[in-house]
Amino acid sequence: MIAFDNVAYSYGGGELLSEVSLRLTPGSFHFLTGPSGSGKSTFLKLCYGELLPTVGTVTIFDREVHSLDRDEVARMRRRIGVVHQDCRFLDHLPLATNVTLPLTVTGRESNMQDLSDLMAWVGLSQLADALPPSLSGGERQRAAVARAIITSPDLLLADEPTGNLDWEMSLRLLKLLVELNRMGTTILVATHDLNLIRSAKQQVAARVLRISHRRIQLAGADL
Amino acid sequence: MTLRELLSEIATPDRQADRVVPPSGHTAWLTGFTAGTMAFLAVFALALSLAAGRLADRWGEALERTATIRISAPEEQMELQTQAVLDLLAATPGVASARALTDAEEHALLEPWFGSDLPLDTLPIPRLIELQEEGQGYDAQGLRQRLAAEAPGAILDDHLRWRQPLATAASRLRLLGTVSILLILASTAAMITLAANASLAANAQVIGVLRLVGARDIYIARAFVRRFTLRALAGAAAGTAAGLVAVMLLPSADAAGGVLTGLGFQGAGWLLPFLLPPVAAVTAFLATRAAAFRKLKELT
Repeated sequence: MIAFDNVAYSYGGGELLSEVSLRLTPGSFHFLTGPSGSGKSTFLKLCYGELLPTVGTVTIFDREVHSLDRDEVARMRRRIGVVHQDCRFLDHLPLATNVTLPLTVTGRESNMQDLSDLMAWVGLSQLADALPPSLSGGERQRAAVARAIITSPDLLLADEPTGNLDWEMSLRLLKLLVELNRMGTTILVATHDLNLIRSAKQQVAARVLRISHRRIQLAGADL
Repeated sequence: MTLRELLSEIATPDRQADRVVPPSGHTAWLTGFTAGTMAFLAVFALALSLAAGRLADRWGEALERTATIRISAPEEQMELQTQAVLDLLAATPGVASARALTDAEEHALLEPWFGSDLPLDTLPIPRLIELQEEGQGYDAQGLRQRLAAEAPGAILDDHLRWRQPLATAASRLRLLGTVSILLILASTAAMITLAANASLAANAQVIGVLRLVGARDIYIARAFVRRFTLRALAGAAAGTAAGLVAVMLLPSADAAGGVLTGLGFQGAGWLLPFLLPPVAAVTAFLATRAAAFRKLKELT
């Protein structure tokens, strides 16, 4: 699914990630943890081609990202759902339109029943016509999750998806991620919420990657 | 890109794609205003170019097939030399007709310069003979030699020295009009490119989101390109209409007015300004498309 071979990423003269070599196999469930500023978001951006490695190679869906042209990057991203920390919506469009955006840009019609079910599941049925700036942080995060999974992606990347959610909603989201994973979606969640990770490990064979000193290691079972 | 694809890209509305780009106030106004102003100016440049062309043709036709023989001789020899020249011309191949201008005609020619009370009888006015060419025309050099022999006071003026600078001036005017139209189109493209760049930069966040969810550059570009093309088309149509009204309000052509009152459209020429809006739209389409793809690479 995704392979990092001796990858390093530098920005502004400083190296943010070094000697990263790992593989995310199809159907796997990974958490990525580490202190703030350790490079979790950078790693996720390398996973969907928003950033390119300065050293080494990143291979996504068997294609080396450096070799992809812009159209190929776009097609690759259609197979990946991304939940950003800052959510990133089109603020002039209603929430439902934002959620269906991954379908819209590929010319696909959204099934109204599926959309309605999805909006209900993330608890946003009443806010389908609301504009994103009027939503709370938690509501935006749930909408971002809905947008990321509406296309049933092969890979789901989530950057602190529960950062603004209460514990109950976090568990609900986790349950959704576990269900998606059971249906075959590869999941990678960057989080510093150790309780969420412990809860997940009770439900699924999740592995934990930890970023420390610019390197990524497989964490022990003591989390 | 074929013409059909181009037209399809402009004419086929993709409401979803159009909606993903938020309405942009000042760039919309700027694009429409620029296209309108440039089309207004282009109407005048076109009118100038066409008028210069007509003028060149008119001067050319009026002077090209005629010549004048001026006879300056003592009064007692004037009639003799005039008749000798007319006889000579009658036998010259390439001359269709020749006739001596009457006193009244010569008086009319001089009247604008000396007034109507000119006492022609008291002045040594040369006799003028007007000749019309036919076929391949006459041999000017041979005619001059024969005139020198038959009528020493006769001088052939084949209008070449008048025709050449007039034709040159008219063709330069026509070129000036064409260059003006090209410059106007280039300026339109430059202004629309700037407006498109500003709009794309202002929507960097929108573009980032669209790329994130898998939108191809062509999808994002199309929303901008279509919007700018339609604005340019509407602005240019308004500018062209205003330009045509302004040209219609110009004084009509008359002989006394010369070049200035001849500035306008005639016959099928009135149809040419209607090409300006589509040309402006195509210019906007190409300019915005190039700007969009360039900017998209910069932004994401």
